[in-house]
Amino acid sequence: MRAAAAQAWIDLCRAEPQFIFLTGDLGFRALESVREAAGPRFINAGVAEQNMISVAAGLAHQGFKPWAYSIAPFAYARPFEQIRNDVCFHRLPVKIVGNGGGYAYGVMGATHHALEDYGVLGTFPGMSLFVPCFDEDLKSIFPLMNSLSGPAYLRLGLDEKPSGYLPPAYQACRKLLDGHQGVLLTVGPLATSYLGPLLERSPWKRPELWALSHWSSDSLDLPLEFLTRLSSTTDLILSEEHVPTGSLAERISLFFMQNQITPRSLKSAHARGYPSGKYGSQSFHRKESGLDLSSVLNEQGSVS
Amino acid sequence: METTPLSSPDRRSLDLKIRQAKLRLLKMHYEAKVGHIGGNLSCLDSLMTLFHTWTDPQVILSKGHAAGALYVSLWSCGKISEDELKTFHRNDTWLSGHPAPRFRTEIPFATGSLGHGLSLATGLALGKKLQNQTTPTYCVTSDGEWQEGSTWEALIFAQHHQLHHLKILIDENGVQGFGSTSEVASMGELDRKIRGFGATVIEVDGHCPQDLLQALQTPSREGPLVIIMKTTKGKGVSFMENQMEWHYLPMTEAQYHQAIQEVESS
Repeated sequence: MRAAAAQAWIDLCRAEPQFIFLTGDLGFRALESVREAAGPRFINAGVAEQNMISVAAGLAHQGFKPWAYSIAPFAYARPFEQIRNDVCFHRLPVKIVGNGGGYAYGVMGATHHALEDYGVLGTFPGMSLFVPCFDEDLKSIFPLMNSLSGPAYLRLGLDEKPSGYLPPAYQACRKLLDGHQGVLLTVGPLATSYLGPLLERSPWKRPELWALSHWSSDSLDLPLEFLTRLSSTTDLILSEEHVPTGSLAERISLFFMQNQITPRSLKSAHARGYPSGKYGSQSFHRKESGLDLSSVLNEQGSVS
Repeated sequence: METTPLSSPDRRSLDLKIRQAKLRLLKMHYEAKVGHIGGNLSCLDSLMTLFHTWTDPQVILSKGHAAGALYVSLWSCGKISEDELKTFHRNDTWLSGHPAPRFRTEIPFATGSLGHGLSLATGLALGKKLQNQTTPTYCVTSDGEWQEGSTWEALIFAQHHQLHHLKILIDENGVQGFGSTSEVASMGELDRKIRGFGATVIEVDGHCPQDLLQALQTPSREGPLVIIMKTTKGKGVSFMENQMEWHYLPMTEAQYHQAIQEVESS
């Protein structure tokens, strides 16, 4: 997704005079084109993420629209207080971009994983959260983020859609596949890992696949088509590369209770950390957490 | 705006205003029954000098626990009303114990967690540089605050980007939360360490506006100007000076009257 992001930043750089980009010393063979396009508005803030976020807040106060980029945990966890105090308290339009959300950095290890990012940041009032599914989504998401007057977090991942699959137009929450075996709602690019095997099944033998890509700390807007699909005879599975606390499952459970929405069952598949204590690819960790498709459809745990 | 050292009449006028501000600072802390007065008194002279020398200077008070000194300086300039000042540290106030966000343009950022202000000021200064603005950004830090790693991150960044319109004022009163800075985590000669990053460093008497203003005129074309202000915690009140408890304690009635008497007679 980084290549698509780079192009979206270049487009934004040309369209938005107040655009400014900060990176925590990341972008080798990925962001050189952004650096070239942005010129002096491309700042390598070095290995100093706390300073990078506060500098971004200062730039935003000065009228700029900063985007601050790093590997996901370094973008939100290291400078957590700077995001809270300097960005969110002041409702500044700083866009924080975490590359490689969830287990995306795989065998690089736990320090590089981001399993609680949107849950943590979703506790800040006014924070918008974006988890795109497809590379193509960025063309819609970047201008939308740029238009926001407040802070936003973007979790980038890996688009694994099968060759030939044409994503539906970007929406905050959208249906990716028809199906008749319940409903499977995922967050972001995890959905793309399910597309290949689900496409090999007939609609009668697969769940309807939905993906959520945008919500905020203040609102969760689910489309009417999704809500009407749920009924007392429908099983709903939520699947996300995130720990249960602060998860979509937690959020959506509250939403359902407040709106008297009662699917027949609601099951949550989520990140479980490191059950074996060993490390591997993103797929390895998804499997260990029961986030691979066969586990999600057959061995999900209940929402606590 | 260029700085000009104060002439003698101006100096006398500023001294008088500082004394009035100090009395008001003591009063508001006494009435609110709050502490932090020691660190307020150590940086009041510098804040008053900044706010009374320039029109609407961009000041980041990184040592947010000296909010009272900031409020009273803005009150002295007519930016905060007497009625507002009376709400200090009470319910339904904008004037919390540490500066609140989105209150006044003169207070660009909420501070209070140490180690944020210099990075914020650096961002402002970088923004101005990119906008071809030359007005200074001032950042007042504590000395203990330099134990925060983020402060050094900011210094490295500001030096690298040659933010010479960034003026860093360090309130070196030598006393921090639970001991002296030399006892807790001594940095030895702070000026040498900061110079090691390439910044221009000047030491001044932090209670002398004239010295401060002259120091602020020092050219610093390759990076930020750092002014280490030698100050006294609790300056001007004998029983408070260099005493750690005045980082925390409110004044009793007797202490308040003694403090007022000492300031009035100074």
